[in-house]
Amino acid sequence: MINQPSYLELQDGSRIEATSFGYQQSISGELAFSTGMVGYPESLTDPSYSGQLLVLSYPLIGNYGVPSQDFWESSRIHVSGLVVAQYVDTPSHWQSTMTLSAWLIKQKIPALIVEDTRFLVQKIRTNGAMLGKIIIGPDIKFSDPNKVNLVSAVSCKSVQTYGKGKKVVVLIDCGVKRNILRSLIKRKVKVIKVPWNYDLAASSLVYDGIVVSNGPGDPKMCNETINAITYALTKNKPLLGICLGNQLLALAAGGDTYKLKFGHRGQNQPCREIGTSRCFLTTQNHGYAVGKIPRGFKPWFENLNDKTNEGIIHTSKPFFSVQFHPEACPGPVDTQWIFDKFISCL
Amino acid sequence: MSLKIKVQKMLVLGSGALKIGEAGEFDYSGSQAIKALKEEGIYTVLVNPNIATIQTSDMLADKVYFLAITPYFVERIIEKEKPDGIFLSFGGQTALNCGVELYRKKILQKHNITVYGTHVSSIIKTEDRDKFAHHLKKIQINTPKSIATTTVAQSKLAAKRLGYPVMVRAAYALGGQKSGPAYNEKQLHQRVTDAFSFSSQVLVEQYLHHYKEIEYEVVRDRFGNCVTVCNMENMDPLGIHTGESIVVAPSQTLSNHEYHFLREKAIDIVQSLKIVGECNVQFALNPHPKKQDIDYAVIEVNARLSRSSALASKATGYPLAYVAAKLALGRGLFELKNTVTHTTSAFFEPALDYIVVKMPRWDLDKFKDVHQQIGSSMKSVGEVMAIGRNFEETLQKAIRMLDIGEDGIVSDTYVSMKDTDIRTLLENPTPKRIFHLYEALRRGFTIPDIHEMTGIDPWFLYGISKIVSIEKKLKHEAHTLSIQVLTEAKQSGYSDSCIAQLTKKKEEDVRKIRIANAITPSFFQIDTLAGEVPAKTNYLYATYIGSHHDIRPLMHRAIIVLGSGPYRIGSSVEFDWACVNTAQYLHKHKKKSIIINCNPETVSTDYDMSDRLYFEELTLERILDIYSFENPYGVIVSVGGQIPNNLALPLAKNGAHILGTDPLEIRKAENRNTFSDTLDTLDIKQPSWSQLTSVDKAVSFAENVGYPVLIRPSFVLSGDAMMVCYTKKDLEEYMGTVGYINKKYPVTVSKFVEGAREIEYDGVAQYGEILIQAISEHVESAGVHSGDATIAYPAQKVYLKTESQIQNIAHKLAKKFSITGPFNIQFLARNNIVYVIELNLRASRTLPFISKASNVNFTRYIADSFFGKGKKHTLGYCDYVVVKAPQFSFARLEGADPTLRVEMASTGEVGCFGHTFEEALLKAELSVGGKIPSKGIFLSLGGDENKIRFLRTAYRMSKLGLPIYATDKTARFLRKNKIYARKLYKIHERMKPNVIDFLHKKKIDIVINIVDSSYKKDVRDDYIIRRATIDSNVYLITDSKKAMAFIKACSDYTLEQLSINAWDEYGA
Repeated sequence: MINQPSYLELQDGSRIEATSFGYQQSISGELAFSTGMVGYPESLTDPSYSGQLLVLSYPLIGNYGVPSQDFWESSRIHVSGLVVAQYVDTPSHWQSTMTLSAWLIKQKIPALIVEDTRFLVQKIRTNGAMLGKIIIGPDIKFSDPNKVNLVSAVSCKSVQTYGKGKKVVVLIDCGVKRNILRSLIKRKVKVIKVPWNYDLAASSLVYDGIVVSNGPGDPKMCNETINAITYALTKNKPLLGICLGNQLLALAAGGDTYKLKFGHRGQNQPCREIGTSRCFLTTQNHGYAVGKIPRGFKPWFENLNDKTNEGIIHTSKPFFSVQFHPEACPGPVDTQWIFDKFISCL
Repeated sequence: MSLKIKVQKMLVLGSGALKIGEAGEFDYSGSQAIKALKEEGIYTVLVNPNIATIQTSDMLADKVYFLAITPYFVERIIEKEKPDGIFLSFGGQTALNCGVELYRKKILQKHNITVYGTHVSSIIKTEDRDKFAHHLKKIQINTPKSIATTTVAQSKLAAKRLGYPVMVRAAYALGGQKSGPAYNEKQLHQRVTDAFSFSSQVLVEQYLHHYKEIEYEVVRDRFGNCVTVCNMENMDPLGIHTGESIVVAPSQTLSNHEYHFLREKAIDIVQSLKIVGECNVQFALNPHPKKQDIDYAVIEVNARLSRSSALASKATGYPLAYVAAKLALGRGLFELKNTVTHTTSAFFEPALDYIVVKMPRWDLDKFKDVHQQIGSSMKSVGEVMAIGRNFEETLQKAIRMLDIGEDGIVSDTYVSMKDTDIRTLLENPTPKRIFHLYEALRRGFTIPDIHEMTGIDPWFLYGISKIVSIEKKLKHEAHTLSIQVLTEAKQSGYSDSCIAQLTKKKEEDVRKIRIANAITPSFFQIDTLAGEVPAKTNYLYATYIGSHHDIRPLMHRAIIVLGSGPYRIGSSVEFDWACVNTAQYLHKHKKKSIIINCNPETVSTDYDMSDRLYFEELTLERILDIYSFENPYGVIVSVGGQIPNNLALPLAKNGAHILGTDPLEIRKAENRNTFSDTLDTLDIKQPSWSQLTSVDKAVSFAENVGYPVLIRPSFVLSGDAMMVCYTKKDLEEYMGTVGYINKKYPVTVSKFVEGAREIEYDGVAQYGEILIQAISEHVESAGVHSGDATIAYPAQKVYLKTESQIQNIAHKLAKKFSITGPFNIQFLARNNIVYVIELNLRASRTLPFISKASNVNFTRYIADSFFGKGKKHTLGYCDYVVVKAPQFSFARLEGADPTLRVEMASTGEVGCFGHTFEEALLKAELSVGGKIPSKGIFLSLGGDENKIRFLRTAYRMSKLGLPIYATDKTARFLRKNKIYARKLYKIHERMKPNVIDFLHKKKIDIVINIVDSSYKKDVRDDYIIRRATIDSNVYLITDSKKAMAFIKACSDYTLEQLSINAWDEYGA
């Protein structure tokens, strides 16, 4: 590690001295924190983190190094930058292939050690999500990732087919995590992954159901996807939305979304299935949420902490979506049954 | 969704006296359960003879029975109280076993009592190894594979099926005898042949050598909602009991995949057992799996609150016992709030933004002949928990918290050890393992090498080696200590004093430098959600990896109360009681309480017991950090035992305001010379003593005052290392073992008054005037440590004249030392002459006992005295007797000689009420493992004097109608006095029948072994008898007065004649 002066600068003007342990370059983004205690390789490669400077509240990061690609959630790191309290450069794990620092440098991702990450978490929680920049060397301008279409940047560019099965599922890739794909394939269906702006109406694809994936940023940036979903709903084919997919389904069906103060990012978000006494612990990573529930739908899950919507389900048709990540990775695997439910509808 | 709770009266079973493996953690869990019940408006009846606990305070349960937690007593209580519900899972294994037996005998069913929480059938399932393994197999959970074999050929076949290496274990062998790994068929052949010579069945098992040990704490409600509140990773691999391991939370070396794979398995188990409440699941995890897969096995499941759950509660801030109690009553997790944030749900898994290190505290040095190695059985007597933001910082904090005289991991004690010795110790760990690891790294052993020897994951070793590298930097920078290195050192957990030593400075100077450079700790909250939600929590810790504080100082509104640190022999739950009670009484004086303590097994570290809780080191440095941040009204040092007491003067010197007696007076009382002079000037008698610097001088002093003499080093690191010497030879031998007698470290030799009675005086004074006082008396003759003594309140055999002498002396001393607050005096009385042995200007071990026995809470007077608001109170006459009896844990301490000495050996205590001394004594003894004999009594009385003194008791014994067995001389003596006793041979006589056979055949249920202390022959035989008694789980008495009292009690009362009364039925 070469130590040139490094800083974390926030939109409110505060500037914190730091030590760099990643790629030596300045970068700006939206500051967001996650409270998960394991799973940094999964989080860093989650396309939903695109455009974000991720602050990890768990203070010891790097403990078990970096596993092979098989354990990543996409082909590369998607966070714009990483901020930790303590970086551990001496990992120990049988699956580790390199240190976190080596990986970050290889992938050209700036990363900082800022000892008081707790202060950053408290700041974001109090003031809401804010822009920030990692400064290593020349200063740069703040930039708001929510003003650009992040989905188009992380989505696949062409149609690809995975797995085998009698039933066929179209997976709209808004920045899909690999474990959604794995979770579907494991259930013996053929998956056709299509880009976020794929024109379903004009397509000749034959399919039994649709999954709308997770993805970064503001759902309202994804008009093409919303249109595709609106079209799909007319076909009465089973549809499952995950995370951004939940928001997109709501928008497509006439509901509305809004930006949360600082989002939900972590692995311990409690959700209750409305009208039941069943609760699930979930992984979440989103800055926007469903506000107005569309007509014909009802709230399916709610967050036990702040009562925000965590999923919607159609009152008669097989359309449903969740705000959390049933595919986990990282996090608890308690809601994998959502995939089973979807598959059983096909 | 909210339900109406049906139960109106709940019986709660506690865990009894503190013992190794079952200690203070159950005071915490029981107290939280009672709190939860009270909140629901349920009438609670608690059974727990442990009189020092907080759960048996008047502020918690509605009714308390200080009676043994056995099916007999509990059934009697059920008949009397007619509860409609019972809690079994808050009192450890004791409560669980008792509950299971009540269920099996259909007593609960007979009285229409519902077990709230996990169903008993599930509990029974987890308690039976075979049944449980079968159950787990059914739900596709791995357990270590085990194949029972009866021939060598079968064993070989089994090994082939399992794959080498395998573990070979002789069935039905105690303590892992004849077991060991075999790496190939040749080794297997040898081991198995060996094992078959010992047992007809040999188990060939999957060898989980150096697997990681991982635990999950799971809660589940009756709706099937399930969360894992915390996971923990043992630094020490499988093979070292989790109670003996250094444990970190959360796990550090697990990937997301492993973490959640095991989490899911834990939840599957808990769901399959339909647990309602709390459950602990322990896994073995292969750190180097052969296949690209997870290789794990479940090694233990506890369907109840456990030591680990207490730790998990403190580690996360999630009140597991409280929540478990609510769930047991039928509440859903989603109905309950997170008690830290008050806004979020209790259905969640805490996110930590810190790391926790738990470290056990051992006291093996206190025992004679005990095996020093740590392994698969628990020997530690307490633990500490440190909180920090990296491993190095947290580990070093934990070491200091242990209060073992080490200032962190850097120790020079092991520098002169040979490499080969270090290697041996790494392979065969002892309580000093952490220091051996450090020494090995310091002298350049490689991490892979150490990992290979110890099975400790390299991650931990890398952490320790970082501390090594900083030690080098500090030494290198001795003169030019840079701010950068100083900061690094503080962030790696170095104390000021350690830095001072390494850089050849004074501790004060390091402190000054760091404060001048703003290198001070941040005080952070344990908020369960890593800062995500604002929390008004008062649960705090300090870290150098931070740059702000979460809280503002309380200033003059608050008072710091120092806790007692880790439980160890001589200091345990009694001080927690004093600390918590005193803290609560501060509110009466409009002050807020700030508790500092570091022991996860305590109630004082429950964050709702004080206005602020610093889960922190009880070191001068850290207390000053907190003091200068909080700027409080003052600090209380007199209710937390010896650690705070020792800090009184240093704190005062650093400007802290000490409430109560002036620290200078405390020092005067503790210094033998000044104290002795004071006694002389006040005309108070004391046993003759002298401080001596050579063996010759000691011998001539002893000959002058006459043997026996009591001897102790004036400077020892841990414990007291006291001994009574009866001869010159004893004395010389002792000096030989202590080794370092010289001018700097003299020994204190005092006249040992034989046959005297020891009397305890507890009082509270205010500006030198006594507010309240109580006198209690030892049953045993002087010479038994007061912590091991059986104590009666009120004193039964103290003459009025003696009593007035005692009070007179107490008045003089209170005046002389201008005492404000608690104090305790130990007296010797013989022939109406009273000697003072010791004065402690702090709350004593007997304080909760005295408070509960007299029904006057002394801590209220303590709190009042600090503000000059105390009013005098004279305890009234009481028409009942309370007896406090010690609990020993010798069974856990392989090899230890189970005898009473001047050095304390007991790990806990009980206190029971009776209408007479005998009744109270019998109840107390029955609560610490004693039995009313029903099969046979074995008697061995050393020396003529002991025999003659015992004669009356022997007559009494003969009327019990039981066979009496005795050693040759004792049997002859008894027969001469017309008492028939069957002679049993001692071991060295090599003749049958011998004592051991009779013990094994369970023909004896009490052994009375009184040795003539001045007589050395046959000592080995007596030891063997005592040890065999303990190992056969037979009740042992080694003190003659205690034996006499116990036999009298047994002849006065049958079990059925013992009254079943609650605390409030006495003296009301």
